[in-house]
Amino acid sequence: MKRKTDWKELSRQIRQDILNISFKAQVGHVGSAFSIVEILIALYYRVLNIAKIKKGSTLRDKFILSKGHAAPALYSILFRREIINKKTYLSYCQNGGSLEEHPTYGIKGIEAGTGSLGHGLPIGIGMALAARIQKTKNRIFVLLSDAECDEGETWEGALFAGHHHLNNLYCLLDYNKVQALGKTKEILDLEPLKSKWQSFNWRVLEVDGHNIESIIEACMSATISKPTCIICHTVRGKGVSFMEHKIDWHYLTPTKEHVEKALKELNK
Amino acid sequence: MRNAFVSELEKIAAINEKLVLLTGDLGFTLFENFQKNFPERFFNIGVAESNMMGIASGLGLSGFTPVVYSIATFASMRGYEQIRDDIAYHNSNVKIVGAGAGLSYGHAGFTHHALEDIALMRVIPPLTVVCPADPFAAKILLREILKYPRPVYFRLGKKGEPALYENSQKFTIGKGIILKEGKDIAIIATGNMVFTALSTAKLLEKKDINSTVVDMHTVKPIDKDLIIDLSKKVKLIVTIEEHFITGGLGSAVAEVLAEGEKKVRFKRIGIEDKFIDRIGSQEYLRLISKLDPESIAKTILQKI
Repeated sequence: MKRKTDWKELSRQIRQDILNISFKAQVGHVGSAFSIVEILIALYYRVLNIAKIKKGSTLRDKFILSKGHAAPALYSILFRREIINKKTYLSYCQNGGSLEEHPTYGIKGIEAGTGSLGHGLPIGIGMALAARIQKTKNRIFVLLSDAECDEGETWEGALFAGHHHLNNLYCLLDYNKVQALGKTKEILDLEPLKSKWQSFNWRVLEVDGHNIESIIEACMSATISKPTCIICHTVRGKGVSFMEHKIDWHYLTPTKEHVEKALKELNK
Repeated sequence: MRNAFVSELEKIAAINEKLVLLTGDLGFTLFENFQKNFPERFFNIGVAESNMMGIASGLGLSGFTPVVYSIATFASMRGYEQIRDDIAYHNSNVKIVGAGAGLSYGHAGFTHHALEDIALMRVIPPLTVVCPADPFAAKILLREILKYPRPVYFRLGKKGEPALYENSQKFTIGKGIILKEGKDIAIIATGNMVFTALSTAKLLEKKDINSTVVDMHTVKPIDKDLIIDLSKKVKLIVTIEEHFITGGLGSAVAEVLAEGEKKVRFKRIGIEDKFIDRIGSQEYLRLISKLDPESIAKTILQKI
């Protein structure tokens, strides 16, 4: 078992990687990517069976990043776990490269191409149904942004998964409480969020979305008859003071000064 | 056509255990047998077409062959972006079945008139668009599309279409079928207008005009070779479809002709570019839209 300090160092490295590729590509969404670093570490270092993903086994656990705009975080973790190679990783948003701004389907480790919000949950449900029909033990994890709860499709999926008791389906909800143009509370309030999901017949767990051990624990807890929604309370732009909770960092592309200042803070 | 479709689907499901059926809470009295025989492979998703398309994609990406059923308007439009992003872009092996082609749901009104589905489906790159003309065609073409490992839009009529084909007829996706040869004009029709095309040809014969009639069951990929070949043989090519004249079969044929070498006169026949504001049965709506054999023959005679 890794010690807590290792998690911290790993989180720092991943954030540094995200900053670097975003700066190189001059592409934004750094804040959204920082929000999910610990969730992805929990999944890719403890929860998902990485060997099966690498082999492309039909029995592999599957992860769908429904909030596709946080792709730099996913690419960075896929690179660290050696699911994609360095050449692929560094081609992020480069002309003729392999990785676009949103998850690029066809790349190992990318189970679904996303980017239009609200699509991930239904695709994940289809995969969970497939596992159920085939009686395989693999599980399906879908990471949603809070703003994806604005989409009707998310609730169509939630209703279906609850009705069909899809206990092999885990929805991680990145609840950073900020969406593209403002706070969720002000744009379209999601509260009471927990009871919404519960009323759709889901088991709902709440965790600190930056506490890796808590996320792992939630993901490893099995249920008999319900899909699981793990509400991860997170901070947009986590780890860098001038990005935290800031609306701007949905879109801003980091400058050299931003990167230097951010790295200094991360390295503290 | 729907009954032929579903009985063939049940037969195939008995052999192909990867076949799953999804419906958006439609198909009254259609799927009871399927559900009874294959309960673990039947899902009534509820009235949630976007979700249904996403789920179908996920099943397809997991090695299944989902057949998704709804009324053609809902099948093609309620989950359009999901068809584009989740199914087509991923090349997920999903067969989208839109029942009630064109004006099949006459009285139900404009929300149920599927008059733009071919255009919408045709513009999405990997989608194949197939419109069977009679119950036998529906059965055999269903077999064909299920063998074809790509996303397909399958445009079904309703019940009680007249039979056109002998049981020996062969169908190949992407290859039109010449039902009748004539030297003067060529009538290319798709789906539920093929029978009308044949009736029209009979009327024209009385005026000494001999028509070649083609069942263009696959609108995409369109049979370019056949169209080019026809353009060299006849002086007028006419397309007939129960669909808006924009974007459907007529447009697909026009695209081929416009880029071909031979200049030939051409006429698209379908529903003019406006919503139908009158109420009535399919037959009535065809009549007022000039989609009956007599009106079509008249339009063709004017063009000649």
